[in-house]
Amino acid sequence: MFWRDHKIDTPCFGVLAEFPDGASLLEAIEKTRAAGYEKLEAYTPLPMHDVWHALGHKSRLPELVLCGGIVGALVGFGMQYFASVVHYPLNVGGRPLNSWPSFIIITFELTILFAAATAVLGMLALNGLPRPHHPLFEIDEFEQASADRFFLLILAHDPLFELGNATAFLSELAPLSLSEVPNA
Amino acid sequence: MQPAPPKEPARPAVIAPGHTHASITDKITSIVLRRHTPRGWFVGFGIAFALVMVLLTSITMLLLKGTGIWGLNVPVGWGFAIINFVWWIGIGHAGTLISAILLLFRQDWRTSINRFAEAMTLFAVACAGVFPLLHVGRPWLAYWLVPYPNTMALWPQFRSPLLWDVFAVSTYATVSAMFWYVGLIPDFATLRDGAKSKVFRVIYGMLALGWRGAARHWERYETAYLLLAGLATPLVVSVHTVVSLDFAVSVIPGWHATIFPPYFVAGAIYSGFAMVMTLAIPLRKVYGLQDFITMRHLQNMAKVILATGLIVAYGYTMEAFFAWYSANDYERGMAWNRMVGPYAPFYWALIVSNVIVPQFLWLKKVRSSVVALFVICLVVNVGMWLERFVIVVTSLSRDFLPSSWDTYSGTIWDWSLFIGTMGLFAALLFLFIRFLPMISIFEMRTLVPGGEAAPHDKDADAAPVDGAGPEEQA
Repeated sequence: MFWRDHKIDTPCFGVLAEFPDGASLLEAIEKTRAAGYEKLEAYTPLPMHDVWHALGHKSRLPELVLCGGIVGALVGFGMQYFASVVHYPLNVGGRPLNSWPSFIIITFELTILFAAATAVLGMLALNGLPRPHHPLFEIDEFEQASADRFFLLILAHDPLFELGNATAFLSELAPLSLSEVPNA
Repeated sequence: MQPAPPKEPARPAVIAPGHTHASITDKITSIVLRRHTPRGWFVGFGIAFALVMVLLTSITMLLLKGTGIWGLNVPVGWGFAIINFVWWIGIGHAGTLISAILLLFRQDWRTSINRFAEAMTLFAVACAGVFPLLHVGRPWLAYWLVPYPNTMALWPQFRSPLLWDVFAVSTYATVSAMFWYVGLIPDFATLRDGAKSKVFRVIYGMLALGWRGAARHWERYETAYLLLAGLATPLVVSVHTVVSLDFAVSVIPGWHATIFPPYFVAGAIYSGFAMVMTLAIPLRKVYGLQDFITMRHLQNMAKVILATGLIVAYGYTMEAFFAWYSANDYERGMAWNRMVGPYAPFYWALIVSNVIVPQFLWLKKVRSSVVALFVICLVVNVGMWLERFVIVVTSLSRDFLPSSWDTYSGTIWDWSLFIGTMGLFAALLFLFIRFLPMISIFEMRTLVPGGEAAPHDKDADAAPVDGAGPEEQA
């Protein structure tokens, strides 16, 4: 996560292996985890539930969005209550100042607005985006990650990581290509 | 996102056989990155751009002379401005329906049409917004509608449906824009990586925000996308409900009806799907996208049009029935005046185009004919405009006092402004199909057999994690 993105000070960022399809990527993830590597990341051109389940990813976004929605509802109703009851009370033929039924729609709209904005901004923030530069962008093969190739990365700060061993291990999985990612 | 469900063999597929991740990527990105811009694009964009100039001229005249150049007068104080506003905003609703509601119902056929349907939503909302903004008379003071701390210590009227409209439409515009942009991020990354020219690489790279398809990112991305869909679904229903409350909360005969909200929402989806078809049919032809926007898409949309058309027909029937059943003289007079009064031709034209013509869609032969579908959709687009005209004008032109009765028609400036917004809509769409992928590339990849490595099963793969997952560094 972006606030935990402590600098990797090794000259190597990790080792990247390229696979032709999702099935071989999944197999590689299982073997790599079985070999004891923990700091892994996979790159796919489409969302794949099995890949992030295999890597053990689970986001906290839904809770954040719920909070955003609740804040939106409170802001929406609070604003109308404050305006109509506290700040500028207007007596219209003795009708109640807190005419809550007519405040529901704006409360609802602001609930949706705040929740949706939290979903988008929260997703980007948790993903550490925008981030225009990244060491992986230095790898020529990685351009295919947004088209039709599937990648597995073992990160250099994995406790088991040793460049020679990790490279040798990944090459046994028969990748299409194998690159050492410099920490650029 | 989800694997395609098994299909009956006779049904046309949602994507033509033989496509791979690479061929989808290439086919859609090449329209933006490599293929020659067709000459028709320049002609079409030129015409649209000329109409944008008409729009600017109309707005300039309006600001110079005031709303007197429109046909508005007592008793018809809501004319083209409100008709066009409701028409445009209704068109937009199909985009949200396709992108959000069909996503939640896991209708995988939505995938190839959702991107440009969402674009259509955004542009239609932009066109819709022009009208109320100008209709306030002094648009430079439109910010008075927003609650902000001011030296007059005044607040907007939170109990008015017109203010609810401000909140509903601006929330709708914002959420639609976010939904659209989020959907585009992975495709911007594809364009960034596929672009040959340095300039486009940088521009698409900035728009992609550094997206690199990490599994952890995808997981949050899909969560956010589903949540947005879940939020947009009640939102889109609320927007047209609020639009209908602009009418229904008043005490004008013909407007003060509880059927308005559901009947407006159905009408919005009806007109919106008709507009999606009106755009999709020429687009798939010009850009050769019949593999992606297949006959199955067109047939499914035709069925949605037929179903919502029947709801709308029910709405018309109930309007007339309740006018009679209420035993209220004003309601009865209003309904009678609609059918035989000075605007009767509009009313019957609306009944023919919205109720009778769509009944041809019951026939499979008609649903299988691209030309017939295109013609029916054009008729529905006109019919829905007539519907709003009939609702707005017939009720207002017969005031409670016969001495104030008057008829209404648009002036040349009403028409030029309306046609101008069509130009704005078309110009934005032309720019969209030239510079952005008009079909969602990454979602199309999920339709390829084997796109998902194995069917997703929550219970089966919930277990394998021991302890916390790896830190996100990559």
